[in-house]
Amino acid sequence: MGAKVYNREAFIAMQSIIIKEITRYFRIWIQTLLPPAITMSLYFVIFGQLIGSRVGLMEGVSYMEYITPGIIMMSVITNSYSNVASSFYSAKFQRNVEELLVAPVPTLFILLGYVLGGVSRGLITGVIVTIVASQFVELHINNWPVVFFVVILTSMMFATAGLVNAVFAKSFDDISIIPTFVLTPLTYLGGVFYSIKMLPEFWQSISLANPVLYMVNAFRYGFLGFSDIPIQNAIILISFFIIALFSLAYYLLAKGIGIRS
Amino acid sequence: MSENAIEITNLSKTYGDGFVALKGISLEVKKGDFIALLGPNGAGKSTSIGIICSLVNKTAGEVKVFGHSIDNELEAAKRCIGLVPQEFNFAQFETCRQIVVTQAGYYGVPRKLAQQRAEKVLAQLSLLDKADVQARQLSGGMKRRLMIARALVHEPKILILDEPTAGVDIEIRRTMWEFLTELNEQGTTIVLTTHYLEEAEQLCRNIAIINHGEIIENTTMKDLISRLDLETFVLDVDKMPNEFPCIEKVCFRERDESSIEIDLPKDAALNQVFEWLTKQGIKVLSMRNKSNRLEELFVQLTESNREQRNNIKKSDKLVKEEK
Repeated sequence: MGAKVYNREAFIAMQSIIIKEITRYFRIWIQTLLPPAITMSLYFVIFGQLIGSRVGLMEGVSYMEYITPGIIMMSVITNSYSNVASSFYSAKFQRNVEELLVAPVPTLFILLGYVLGGVSRGLITGVIVTIVASQFVELHINNWPVVFFVVILTSMMFATAGLVNAVFAKSFDDISIIPTFVLTPLTYLGGVFYSIKMLPEFWQSISLANPVLYMVNAFRYGFLGFSDIPIQNAIILISFFIIALFSLAYYLLAKGIGIRS
Repeated sequence: MSENAIEITNLSKTYGDGFVALKGISLEVKKGDFIALLGPNGAGKSTSIGIICSLVNKTAGEVKVFGHSIDNELEAAKRCIGLVPQEFNFAQFETCRQIVVTQAGYYGVPRKLAQQRAEKVLAQLSLLDKADVQARQLSGGMKRRLMIARALVHEPKILILDEPTAGVDIEIRRTMWEFLTELNEQGTTIVLTTHYLEEAEQLCRNIAIINHGEIIENTTMKDLISRLDLETFVLDVDKMPNEFPCIEKVCFRERDESSIEIDLPKDAALNQVFEWLTKQGIKVLSMRNKSNRLEELFVQLTESNREQRNNIKKSDKLVKEEK
């Protein structure tokens, strides 16, 4: 009986964190949900229509169709990450993270609450960008389960990474350094706009060290049915990163690093 | 079942930079008590509260809240506590209702019940008309009340308030005093830290004074007040005397152009003062106790604690030199 009540309360607490997160990014939708729609529309117009029409077919599909999964994935990655990084850091900065620390919320549920809040924003922006993409290109889904599985795992991974970043951050600069200097280059070099088969062999090998490449390609497989990387390798790698980051984030929260004196 | 709401045993805290905030303090707070934790800035009050509420990791010692150790039964201990911190720490862009409902959710209160409780506590603290206003738009006093509402929404057994009336005007302060007294009468244990000694005297039954990480006094308010060997009275008079008399043990001084302050030892009578004033043809229009008498005692206690520490340091130095 005791354990049952405890679990229910923990789930209610987690639900409260998720609702708080969703309310937050809907309240500031001009900063959170609108920009990906505008930015990605520009990608479709410039890279898809203007330049893409001169590129010709990629693996038998139009360039516009080729880049669509990667562009959706880009917005999912960026939004999942930045939602948790900025929200958790703001909670630290304004000290309202103390509301959570004084309450009997198990660490696991604090972590899940923030991660699922980030996942929800990643998925919503993913849907928005998909709707925008459908205005430019006719979308086909080759494998629905792969699309869902990969997008959820990827957003979980980056939401967790955003939380780790926020735990260590001591200023607002610290939560923009990783997205600007790490995440953006990895995403642009992660095969969103090209196939790594187009690169010289040396750069192909280097590209294989980029985890975003696996996510973009697995997602592209879900849409178009082909990928530069074997799909099982991609899923194993994403799962590995999720387990590693989740364990690290749990450890940091449980120890109170960056949030308790 | 423990008789105490809080039991602190040999609690120590040394921060990462080597600063020793608490030096093995022990304190018991009885269930239903209304206790003041007093001390100058940096004395260790907020660190103690931080440890009880698990915002600060302790270095050593034990803390139990309603019998639940924060080491083994942290979640059960947390459930008993409502905390009103010193600084505003809510999300400024959320509405009062959202803040209170979310906090209830963190304690596992289902959403529908949380909404009802939020209405209730916001009404109790006269904030219902501001329920859907963003917290940043509230006045300072309203923000303080919002923090109390948030701390009460899960119906805690003990309310800990860290300087709740700092920067609040007198009227709101009095309203908050009434509210806290009523809450305590209903059975909630209250721990209050404050700089306003008048507040502690007015509200609290017991008092603990903490200085440089040590508890230097832990007694009833009545006992502490009774230790004052001097009582200071303020007399408003129709005219000032040309000079003050020499009455044994009584010290006169001019407060302003129409009032006199008199320090009177406990064993001295006021009659002699009135006799002298009557002889001078001076009418006493009104008389009152000077309200900062506790403040004087507080200064005495913290000063003597400082002297003791200085003496210990000196003797340590001598011992080292002898070695």
